[in-house]
Amino acid sequence: MGFVGLYNYWIVVFLMMAGFYIVIARGNLIKKLVGLNVFQASVFVLYISMGKVAGGTAPIIGDGITTYSNPLPHVLILTAIVVGVATTALGLALVVRINRAYGTIEEDDIHEQDEES
Amino acid sequence: MIATHLPVLQVVVPLIAAPTCILLRGKNWAFMLALLATWAAFAMSCMLLARVLDDGVISYELGGWAAPWGIEYRIDLVNAYVLVIVSGISSAVIAYTRQSMLLEFVREREYLFYSSYLLCLTGLLGVTITGDAFNLFVFLEISSLSSYVLISLGPDRRALTAAYQYLVMGTIGATFIVIGVGLLYHATGTLNMVDLGARLPAAGYDRVVVAAFAFLTIGAALKLALFPLHLWLPNAYTYAPSSVSAFLAATATKVAVYILLRFFFTVFGAEFSFETLPTAVPLMVLAIIAMFAASTVAIFQVNVKRLLAYSSVAQIGYMILGLSLVTVGGLTATILHLFNHALMKGALFLVMGCVYYRLKSVHIDGFAGLGRRMPWTMAAFVAGGLSLIGVPLTAGFISKWQLVLAALDSGLWWIALLVVLSSLLAVVYVWRVVEKAYFEPPPAGHDKVEEAPLSMLIPTWTLVCANIYFGIDAELTVGVAQRAAVELFGGVQ
Repeated sequence: MGFVGLYNYWIVVFLMMAGFYIVIARGNLIKKLVGLNVFQASVFVLYISMGKVAGGTAPIIGDGITTYSNPLPHVLILTAIVVGVATTALGLALVVRINRAYGTIEEDDIHEQDEES
Repeated sequence: MIATHLPVLQVVVPLIAAPTCILLRGKNWAFMLALLATWAAFAMSCMLLARVLDDGVISYELGGWAAPWGIEYRIDLVNAYVLVIVSGISSAVIAYTRQSMLLEFVREREYLFYSSYLLCLTGLLGVTITGDAFNLFVFLEISSLSSYVLISLGPDRRALTAAYQYLVMGTIGATFIVIGVGLLYHATGTLNMVDLGARLPAAGYDRVVVAAFAFLTIGAALKLALFPLHLWLPNAYTYAPSSVSAFLAATATKVAVYILLRFFFTVFGAEFSFETLPTAVPLMVLAIIAMFAASTVAIFQVNVKRLLAYSSVAQIGYMILGLSLVTVGGLTATILHLFNHALMKGALFLVMGCVYYRLKSVHIDGFAGLGRRMPWTMAAFVAGGLSLIGVPLTAGFISKWQLVLAALDSGLWWIALLVVLSSLLAVVYVWRVVEKAYFEPPPAGHDKVEEAPLSMLIPTWTLVCANIYFGIDAELTVGVAQRAAVELFGGVQ
């Protein structure tokens, strides 16, 4: 397993760091949520790569097929994707409410308004 | 029949009650159902604890699928004990919410509050009871998502930003936990926690396992608000509705500490967690910084709820300090403090709710003269505050005493000294409020302020009395905590 063999995992690490960076560096609340999504997506790729068996097919019994991929991580990550969707939905709902209450979704402006009051 | 399915009913009852609350909608029905479901959960967890004390570990196979393939609910002393904490506190708080919500929430949408409350309870109970690492993550997210909703219901608009901030940090923490669980599955091919504990030594502690350990530790530390990952906590507890602050402060962080204990001891094993890897020293340093830094910050707060939130960060320091001693005594102190801190912080945040109910604010200046206006509320604050400091005859004393004994046993007399010194800081911040309430005349126009309604005082005083009771008769709590600590160290019998 050289660099190419670990290709998926390099992508995972890249996405994870990129997402994490967006969450920390951006002041726009929507952009932060997008970063959070990228961060979570990296974990999806991690799990899916883990379940893949080289040369294996989908785990359905058929003639002449002996190697199957491991379906468990794939099923697990379906759950995590659902959780991710729920988190994003809730996050966006909060941003809508914040926008209504403050009239802005920039972190710095919100902070400023809180300081004044 | 019901007895055999008790472990799953513990989670299913609040889970089913949550959507039913939305269907019922009626003014009183949703509340009655939430109350019944929560109290039923408390009764069930007491029965489970009694059974575990008598017969040892209970293992329940969900859907009849044998572990380690199926999901197993595995209840030993440690999680039976945490279940009682979570469901007990939520039972006291739910009785209190009705009245306190009058001011803080729209009456017509009340049922949505009860629904989220029950979901949060489901998640916390599920995290505690499950023996499956991935199932733990799913329940953790159920409890987290509903707690973001609960926090955002606070009366101030800053509740929204606090909930958002918690959502971002909490999601990062939970995602770290998933990454850790995934890496563990990669290394061993199992998700059952006991099975993981058995297979990890054979799989070898290679870099994947070390990475999994790091991700899980950081993820759990974010959730339990270990200094310096506590940044979400003060805002969340300050701006959430008072009953939610009481509920979350007393349960959510405790469950996160439980996750940490479970992974350190059951999954990775004490030898790998503390001898192969140098985990104990950083934890100890962070715990001590938390004790002093957070207590010092608490002293300068003018919002009393925020003061209590910072004090929570400090108290979590004590729990982690006990853990970092890596002795049965230290772990006993940690487990004991989970229970005792839940009682005292629960009581104190409920007091904040009573004060807010009458004053519409918890600013420290508003407390002037409250000792005479709201004698029962302020007496509850004094009792809770004494417990927070660790004065003898309160629950707080018992856990600090155990912590000091454990430190002395390990020959670390300076740790014992630091525990006592940091308690002095607690004296300062509790005294600031007490001084205002009892030694300053009430400001003009305060004549109308009267005692909080009985439906809020009774739950508050229930927790206060529990504080005093478990401070005098600690046989049960110390006994269970000690046995739980031995069990964690000896692996699972």
